[in-house]
Amino acid sequence: MNETPTATETPSTPLGTSIRVVSLYDDVMNVYADRGNLLAIQHRAAKRGIGVEAIAASLGDALPEAPDLVLIGGGQDREQRRIAEELGGHGPALRAWADEGVAMLAVCGGFQLFGRWYRDTSGQVLTGAGVFDVTTVAPGPGQERCIGDILVTSTVPEIGEVVGFENHGGRTYLGPSATPFAHVEYGRGNNGADGTEGVVYRSAIGTYLHGSVLPKNPQLLDWLLTMAVRHRTGALPVFPPLEDELEQRAHRAAVEVARRRSPRFAS
Amino acid sequence: MPDSPQTSRGASLRQRAALVAGRVARDATRRLGRGGGTALPGLVAGRLAPDLIEAAGALPGLGAVTVTGTNGKTTTTHLLAAIAREAGWEPLTNRSGSNLARGLVTALVDTADGTGDIDRRAERLGIYEVDEAVLPTVFDRLRPRAAVFLNLFRDQLDRYGEIDSVAEGWAEMLAGADWAPTLVLNADDPSVALLAEGATGRVVWFGVDDPEVALTGIEHASDARFCRCGARLSHEHQFMGHVGHWSCAACGRRRSTPEVAATRVRLDAEGSDVEARIGDASLSLRVPTAGLYSVTNALAALAAAHALGVPSDVAIRAVAAAGPAFGRQERFTVGRRQVRIWLAKNPAGLNEIVRALLAASGTHGVEPRYLLAMLNDGIQDGQDVSWIYDADLERLAPRVGALVCSGDRADDMALRFSIGGMTPVAVIAETEAALDAALDRTPTSGTLDVIATYTAMIDVREAVARRAGVGSYWEEAR
Repeated sequence: MNETPTATETPSTPLGTSIRVVSLYDDVMNVYADRGNLLAIQHRAAKRGIGVEAIAASLGDALPEAPDLVLIGGGQDREQRRIAEELGGHGPALRAWADEGVAMLAVCGGFQLFGRWYRDTSGQVLTGAGVFDVTTVAPGPGQERCIGDILVTSTVPEIGEVVGFENHGGRTYLGPSATPFAHVEYGRGNNGADGTEGVVYRSAIGTYLHGSVLPKNPQLLDWLLTMAVRHRTGALPVFPPLEDELEQRAHRAAVEVARRRSPRFAS
Repeated sequence: MPDSPQTSRGASLRQRAALVAGRVARDATRRLGRGGGTALPGLVAGRLAPDLIEAAGALPGLGAVTVTGTNGKTTTTHLLAAIAREAGWEPLTNRSGSNLARGLVTALVDTADGTGDIDRRAERLGIYEVDEAVLPTVFDRLRPRAAVFLNLFRDQLDRYGEIDSVAEGWAEMLAGADWAPTLVLNADDPSVALLAEGATGRVVWFGVDDPEVALTGIEHASDARFCRCGARLSHEHQFMGHVGHWSCAACGRRRSTPEVAATRVRLDAEGSDVEARIGDASLSLRVPTAGLYSVTNALAALAAAHALGVPSDVAIRAVAAAGPAFGRQERFTVGRRQVRIWLAKNPAGLNEIVRALLAASGTHGVEPRYLLAMLNDGIQDGQDVSWIYDADLERLAPRVGALVCSGDRADDMALRFSIGGMTPVAVIAETEAALDAALDRTPTSGTLDVIATYTAMIDVREAVARRAGVGSYWEEAR
C-alpha cells in the first residue's frame, strides 16, 4: 500500500527551500526528449520559489548524495545494455532512496531498468535496479511496438488525468506488491492487455509516458515537487494555485488528441 | 498481347502505358485543385507497372544517384540537380519531400511525354532523394551508381521506432548489393562513416575541416555517442549533435580525412563564405543559404558531383547560383516585409535553424528576430511532438522581438517556448490568422522568420506565396 500524504501535515514551503534533482544517465537515456522533464521542473519550481540544484550522473560517475528527486529517461536496447550493469549495481542505494521517500520519475527504458529485470530483443536478461516490482519482456517476432498518444487516470488521486505519448516495444508486468501508477483510458500502457500504466511506489513513479510528460501535466509535476520538498524539509508543503494557462491549454489539447487518435482501452 | 521485355532502348509497352495513365491522374488532380499531385500519379502508374522502380534506375542513360539521411535530402538533391544541369546533363529528380517509392515513380511520370517516352534519355541522370527507412526496400531495384549518405539523427521515432534500426537497415542493404556503388559519405557523422566498412566500391568522403565553426557547448540532441566497438566516442570538435571530428580511443576508428572539404567557413545572416578543397583543387564558394548545415549539404552535392566526374569549377558555379529548395529558407516579399520559411523536422535541424538565426547579427549589430513557430502533428510531421524539448530553443530567448505560435499543436509550441523563457504574443492554431498576427508584429521592412514542421510549412508557404503573388508549388520550375 502506498503511503498517500494528506494535507493535514505542515502547510506551505519554507522560504529559500532548495531541492536536489539528479538526472541519471541523461546523456545516454534521453531518446524521447526526456530533458523536457527537467526543464519543466526548473521552470515550475522557480515560479513556486523553490530552488533547484540539478546534478547529472552518468556512466562511471558516483551516485550523488542526498537527492530529493531522481530522473531517468528512455533509451534504445543498445543504450539500455550499456547502462544496465552499472545501474543494477546502484540498486541497493536507489531502493534505499525510494524507501526513504525520495521522489522519482523513471520514463520508458528507465522505468524498465528500475524494475527487477528486462529481457531484451536478443534474449539477454538485464538485471534492473529493483526499485519497482515489475518485469519487462521485449516483444516477440510479429508483436508490434506500442506507439501513440496515451491518456491515463492516475491511481494517485491528486494527480488525476495524465496525458503523453508512448513508444515502447517492451511489455511490462506488475509483480504482486506493485501498484499501477495509472489506468489506461486511451492507448496501450504497460502491456496492452491488463489496462495498467506504470507503477508507483511511495514517491517514486515509473511510466511509459513521455511527450515530455511533465510540461503538460502540471498536477503530476506538482506532486513530484511536493514529495521532493517533503523529503528535503520533512514537512509536506501545500502549493497555492499558479497562473499556468499555457500548461493547461497544452494539457487539454493533448487530451483531445489522445481521445481522437488512440484506441479506447477495453479489457 | 504480351509486354515487350524492357531493353536498354527504353520503357516497355506496359511501363509506357502506366506512365501515360499517371499523367492523366496528375492532370486530373491539378484540374480539381487537389494540390500538386506528387503522390497519386506514382500510385496509379506503380499499380499498373510495378517494375517502374527498376525503370527509375535503369532508364536514365547516365544512371542514378540516391540521396538519403535525416536532414538535407531535398536541398542536396536540389543542388546536385543544379550541378548536373550546369554540366550539360538532364537531371531526373523526384519532387520535394516526395521521397517514398511512389515519389520515384512520380518523377518518371513527370518526365514522360504523352506517349510514355522520356526525352533526352541518354543525357538523363536520375537524382533521387529517398526516405532513410525506405531506401533499403528500393536500393537493389534502383541499383544506383552512387549513393549519398548525409547524416542520421533522431527523427520521427513514432514512425521509425528506434534510430539503430535505420542504421542497421543501411548496413544490411549495402552488404546485400551485388554491384559496387560509389558511396558518398559524411566523414563527420560516425553513424554514416561506419558504412564504409562494408563498401565494395569507391568511397568519397565529405566533411567540414574548419574547427572555428565547432560548437562551444554540447547540444542535447546527440545520437551517436558510442562506437561500434562499444566504447564512448570522443570529439575533438563538434559541429552539430554527434557530428564532428570524432575518434574512438578503444578501437582506433576515427574520422577519415575528407576528399571534399570545407577548409574555412564564415557564417553570416544569409549564407556562408567557404574555402573548399575538392580533390587536389582549392576553390572559393558562396553558399547562398544560411547555417552550417547548408554548407554540409553543399559539400555533399559537390562530393557526389566529384564522384561522377564533374569538373570542380562547374560544380562550384552551379551551387553558388542555386536558389533555395522548396520551403528551405525560401524568401518572399509580402508588402514591405520579407518572409523567410524554415522547415524544421527534428531537434538537430531545429538546433541548426536556431544557430543560423543567431549568426544573423545584421548590419545594426544584434537585431531582434520576429518569429512564427508552427507545430503540426500529422504523420509527415511526426505525431509525437515531444522532440521540441530536445532542441535548444533557450538560446533564442535574448533575441526574440516577437513570437507567434501556430499549428495543430500551437499550445505545445507555446508552452515549449515559454519554458525556454519566451512568451508568445499570440497563440493561434489557424495559419492565415497566425500569419496576419506575426506580420503585424514584424516591423516594416523587417523579416519574419517562419519555422514550421512539414505539413505546416506546406500550408504557410501557400499562404505566404499567395500574398507575395507567387504561384503554387506544383507550378514552380523544377
